[in-house]
Amino acid sequence: MEFATKSLKSRANELARVEKQLQILSNTATNGNAHKSFTNKLKESNLFPLTPTALEIFQINVGKMCNQVCKHCHVDAGPDRKEIMTRETMQRCIEAIKISGAHTVDLTGGAPEMNPDFRWFVEEISKTGVSKIIVRCNLTIIVANAKYNDLPEFFRKHNIEVVSSLPYFTAAKTDSQRGDGVFEKSIKALKMLNEVGYGKTGTDLNLNLVYNPSGAFMPSSQAILEQEFKKKLKTLYDIDFNSLFAITNLPVSRFLEYLIASGNYESYMDKLIAAYNPVAAAGVMCRNTISVSWDGFLYDCDFNQMLELKVATKEQHVSNFNLKTLAERNIIVNQHCYGCTAGAGSSCGGTTA
Amino acid sequence: MNTYYNPDDLKKFGNIGEFQKELADKFFAYYGETFKDGALTAREKSLIALAVAHALKCPYCIEAYTVDTLEKGCDEAQMMEAVHVSAALAAGINLVHSVQMMNKYKELSM
Repeated sequence: MEFATKSLKSRANELARVEKQLQILSNTATNGNAHKSFTNKLKESNLFPLTPTALEIFQINVGKMCNQVCKHCHVDAGPDRKEIMTRETMQRCIEAIKISGAHTVDLTGGAPEMNPDFRWFVEEISKTGVSKIIVRCNLTIIVANAKYNDLPEFFRKHNIEVVSSLPYFTAAKTDSQRGDGVFEKSIKALKMLNEVGYGKTGTDLNLNLVYNPSGAFMPSSQAILEQEFKKKLKTLYDIDFNSLFAITNLPVSRFLEYLIASGNYESYMDKLIAAYNPVAAAGVMCRNTISVSWDGFLYDCDFNQMLELKVATKEQHVSNFNLKTLAERNIIVNQHCYGCTAGAGSSCGGTTA
Repeated sequence: MNTYYNPDDLKKFGNIGEFQKELADKFFAYYGETFKDGALTAREKSLIALAVAHALKCPYCIEAYTVDTLEKGCDEAQMMEAVHVSAALAAGINLVHSVQMMNKYKELSM
């Protein structure tokens, strides 16, 4: 499959419409017992309706703008996406964080650092006293422009946990998913993070990598992959990191496009459904997370956000954040949720079971 | 599709117990246990299985262990090297038998 250099939206691809994606996802039942609805699967595990536990993670997507156009991106992010969070919405988020009780704020995008108010936002979040701030950094942004070169130092100063995607320790497999030259730039950025102390023993600066498969297959043991990544990145590039999170690609947006175009959609869904794990289902991240979109709406997770499935409460915007009604809500599920319950489970923090 | 090898049949492998449950159960238990992390990692075992799949030319196993090695984080170079081990051994097995040919030749020749 050729590498698209634009988002689905700017290519006017029909998958840019969430209705189209949801229609495809709901029409998966074609053979045997495999394509059972996720709702029924949860019922069998006595988990339906899925309800939240205590809110721990306040995840904010500060915009779809990105310097990369990864083939598997569930956000449909890219340089051509201009939707980014305003400072006003960020202020509403700060107020909501204070009353949320969440111990972690997780910033994602796009490339969150491209939002002109990103640094201001991080500083304001620091003042709320949350115990952890995560930035999901795509690495290449650090070397994309001189104005981003000091990001490692900025992250260090605010004791940010950096979580970065690196699908493999070779250029070929990384670039096939993330774009030409991405691997080389990622290695350079990882070295810059190591230089300020990230991933090094004796510091509390956490650098965690995200592995997601470069193709229509599931990740295997997170521990084995971490071992392999540590060995290879150290010997080949003298790079250190803390943990590896193995994340399953969900059939949403550009990964859905890839699955369909490569003829793998049916078999990939079969595989996810066959690998349904009730223990992983009980531990899905949407139970302890709230996800806020660039325009301030609330979702159960970042994937529901991209499918525009807002939280099932009366107050759906961060400006009228209501912890009580959110705690009482039922979580919206659909067929894409099989991605988080397959095998060892999958979340923004890696495996769950 | 009417062929001896049908890709969909791989999914039905678990059904062999329909005709003889006890032995199938024992086989699958043994199979599962064999592939767990042990003195060798599950990843190393999967690469061995990929090589054996090629040696025995089993299309089902080639498919299954291409997916399995990929999932376990192996790349194309590692997978192809595993197949080369299998190929090298097959060539070596042929060639080492030529010693027998040479022995017989020498026995019969003046």
